[in-house]
Amino acid sequence: MTVDAWIAEPVNWVFSIVAVVILFTAVRVVTSPNVVHAALYLVAALAGSAVMFLLLSAEFVALVLVLVYIGAVLVLFLFGIMITRAPTGFDEGLSNDRKLVSAAISLVLLGVLSWASLSAFGTDTVNTVGSPTATEILGDAILGRFVIPFEVVSFILLSALIGGITVARRDLTPLEEEERKAV
Amino acid sequence: MALVDYLPFVVMLVLAAGFVAVSLVASRFARPSNPTPEKLAPYECGITSEVEPTQRFPVKFYLVAMLFVIFDVEIVFLFAWASIFNELAWYGIAAAGIFTLFVLETLVYVWKRGALDWNVKTRSRYAREHFRIEEAA
Amino acid sequence: MDWIDFLIVVLRVVVVFALLLLVTIINVWAERKVVADFQNRIGPERAGPFGMLQTVADGLKLFFKESIIPARSEVGMFLLAPFLAVIPAFLIFLNIPFGRPITIGDRVIPLQGMDVDVGLLIVLAMSSMAVYAVVIAGWSSGSKYPLLGGVRATAQAISYEAAMGLAMVAVVLFSATQAADAPGGTLSLAELVERQSGTWAGIIPRWNLIPQIVAFVIFFIAAIAETNRAPFDLVEAEQELVGGYFTEYSGMRFAMFFLAEYINIFSMSALTATLFLGGWNGPTWDGVLPVWLSALLPFVWFMIKTYVLVFIFFWIRATLPRLRYDQLMALGWKRLIPGALGWLMLTAVVLGYRRFGLPWS
Repeated sequence: MTVDAWIAEPVNWVFSIVAVVILFTAVRVVTSPNVVHAALYLVAALAGSAVMFLLLSAEFVALVLVLVYIGAVLVLFLFGIMITRAPTGFDEGLSNDRKLVSAAISLVLLGVLSWASLSAFGTDTVNTVGSPTATEILGDAILGRFVIPFEVVSFILLSALIGGITVARRDLTPLEEEERKAV
Repeated sequence: MALVDYLPFVVMLVLAAGFVAVSLVASRFARPSNPTPEKLAPYECGITSEVEPTQRFPVKFYLVAMLFVIFDVEIVFLFAWASIFNELAWYGIAAAGIFTLFVLETLVYVWKRGALDWNVKTRSRYAREHFRIEEAA
Repeated sequence: MDWIDFLIVVLRVVVVFALLLLVTIINVWAERKVVADFQNRIGPERAGPFGMLQTVADGLKLFFKESIIPARSEVGMFLLAPFLAVIPAFLIFLNIPFGRPITIGDRVIPLQGMDVDVGLLIVLAMSSMAVYAVVIAGWSSGSKYPLLGGVRATAQAISYEAAMGLAMVAVVLFSATQAADAPGGTLSLAELVERQSGTWAGIIPRWNLIPQIVAFVIFFIAAIAETNRAPFDLVEAEQELVGGYFTEYSGMRFAMFFLAEYINIFSMSALTATLFLGGWNGPTWDGVLPVWLSALLPFVWFMIKTYVLVFIFFWIRATLPRLRYDQLMALGWKRLIPGALGWLMLTAVVLGYRRFGLPWS
C-alpha cells in the first residue's frame, strides 16, 4: 500500500489516533500513582478498544465492550476501591517494586499474543471494513456453534458470585458481634 | 450500514462538549471569584468538619456491582438471541431458557444468603436462621 | 458522501441539540408549575407570561454566580464531571426517532439524530456511561456527602439498569415476531417504531404497550430510578445527604448537572414512548391534509406521547414520598428483576407457541 492510498483512507486516520490514545492511557493505567485515576484511565483505554472493534466492523461487540466492561466491570473496580478505602490523595505505596518483572511478563505476553494471531491469521485482511457485521451472525454463532460455552458461562458467573458472597459474609459477623454486645 | 452512520455521534460529542466548555468559560469572565478558606472548606451545613471522607464503604455495594455484571452479561446474550428469535425457534427458547434459569438460580442464592437485604435488622435475622449464630442471653 | 450529506448530518444533530435545550427550558418551568398546582400553590409567575421564562432567569442567575472549586477537591476530575454528565444525556436522545422520515428531492432524511442497527444498545450503553459523572463528581469533591451520594447513586443506577435492559429484551423479542415478512429481531429504534404502525382489528393501535404491559411498567419504574427522580431521589435526599453528589458544585457547573437531569427525564420519556407507545406513529391523513402538515403530524404525536409520560414523571414526584434505601434495593432486585426475567420467558414461550406451534409437533 502506498503512502497516498494510506492517507486517502479515513479509517487509517481514526485507527492511528485511537491507537495512540489507547497506548497512552494503557501506560498511565500502570504508572498512575492514584488507584482511582488508574481505573479511569482504564475506562478511556477500553473506550478506545471499543472504537477499534467498530473499525473492525464488529458493531455489536464494540457496544458489548462499552456495556459490560465500562458500564459494569469498571464500576465493580471502583466499588472495590471504595470498600477498601477512598483515597483522595496520592498513594506512594502503590508504586511498584516489581516493575521490571511485570514489564518482562507483559513483553512475553505481547510476544505470545502477536505470535498466536500472526500464525492464526497470517496476512488475512478483514474484508468488511466499513460495514459492521449484523447482530444476527453473532447471535447465530453464540447459540449455534458455541452453545455449550454459552451455557457454561452462567456457571462461571455463579461461582464468581459465590466467591463474592463468601468475602461479603465477613461484614455479617462483626455486626452480629456488636448486636450481641448490645443485648 | 457503514461506519459513516456513526458520524452524528461524533458531531454530537463535539457539540455537547463544546457547549459545556463555552458556557463554563464564558461564565468565568462574567462571575465574581473571591474564594475564602471558609468557602472552600467541605460543605457541612456550617459545622467544621471533623471526619475525613476517606471512610470505607459496606461490602454490599461491591456485591451489587458483581450481581450487575452477571445480569449485564445475561442481557447482552439475550439481545443476541432476540435478534435471531425467528430462525432458532424452540431450540433458541430452550437455550436461552436454560441460561436464564442458571442466572435466576444465582439471584435466588444471593437472595437466600441475605445479600439483598439492606435493612440490617432483617439481615441479622437471616444470619441467625441460616448460620446458627447463637444469641447471647 | 458529499458535502450536502455531511451538512444534513450536522443539521440533524443541531436540530436534536436545539430541541433538547428548548424542552429543558420548558420542562423545568412545567415541573415547577405542575407540582405547584398539585400542592395548591401558584408556582413561578413573574418572569414572562405565566412565568415561562423562569428557567432562563435561573440560568442567567447561575451564569453570574461564583463557581467554587473546594480546596479539598481533585481539581482535574472535579472539572471533568459536568462534561461527563451532559454528554451522555445528549447522546441518548440522538438515537431516538422523533418523526417520520421526510423526502426532499431524491433524499430521504430520517428525523433522527443517528440511525444505526444497534441503536437500542447505544442508548443502554450511554445511560450506563452516565454513572461515571456521578462517581467522579462524588469522589473528586473531597467531601463526605458527595462521596456517600455518589456511591449510593451508582448502586441504584446499576440495579435498575439491569431491570431496564431485561424489559428492553422483552420488547425486542415481541417486535421480532411483528414484522410481516419476518426478518427477525431488530435493535434499530427506527425499525422498532415502524413495526408498531397500523392497528389490530381496525381500532386498537399496534403499540407494544398492550401486549407488553408488564415490561412497560417495569421499564418506566426503572426509567424513573435511572434519572434519580422522586420517589427514587435518595441520591439527593436533603435530610441525610444535603445535595448528594453535586453538593460541592455551584454556579454554571451545578447548572450542567441540572441540565443533564432534565434532558434525561425527557429522553427517558421519549424512549418509553418509542418502545411502548408507537413512537411517532399516528394518523397523518396523507393526501387529505397539505403535505407539510402530514409531515409535521408524526412529530406532534411523538411530542404528545412523550409529554404524557413527562407529566406522569411530575405527577409521581408530587404524589409519592421518598423510599428508604433498603426498600429501593428490595424493589429493584427482588421485584423488578425477577419479574422482568419471568415476563421475558413467558413472552418467549407464548410467542414461540403462536409462531412455531408446540415444541414437540
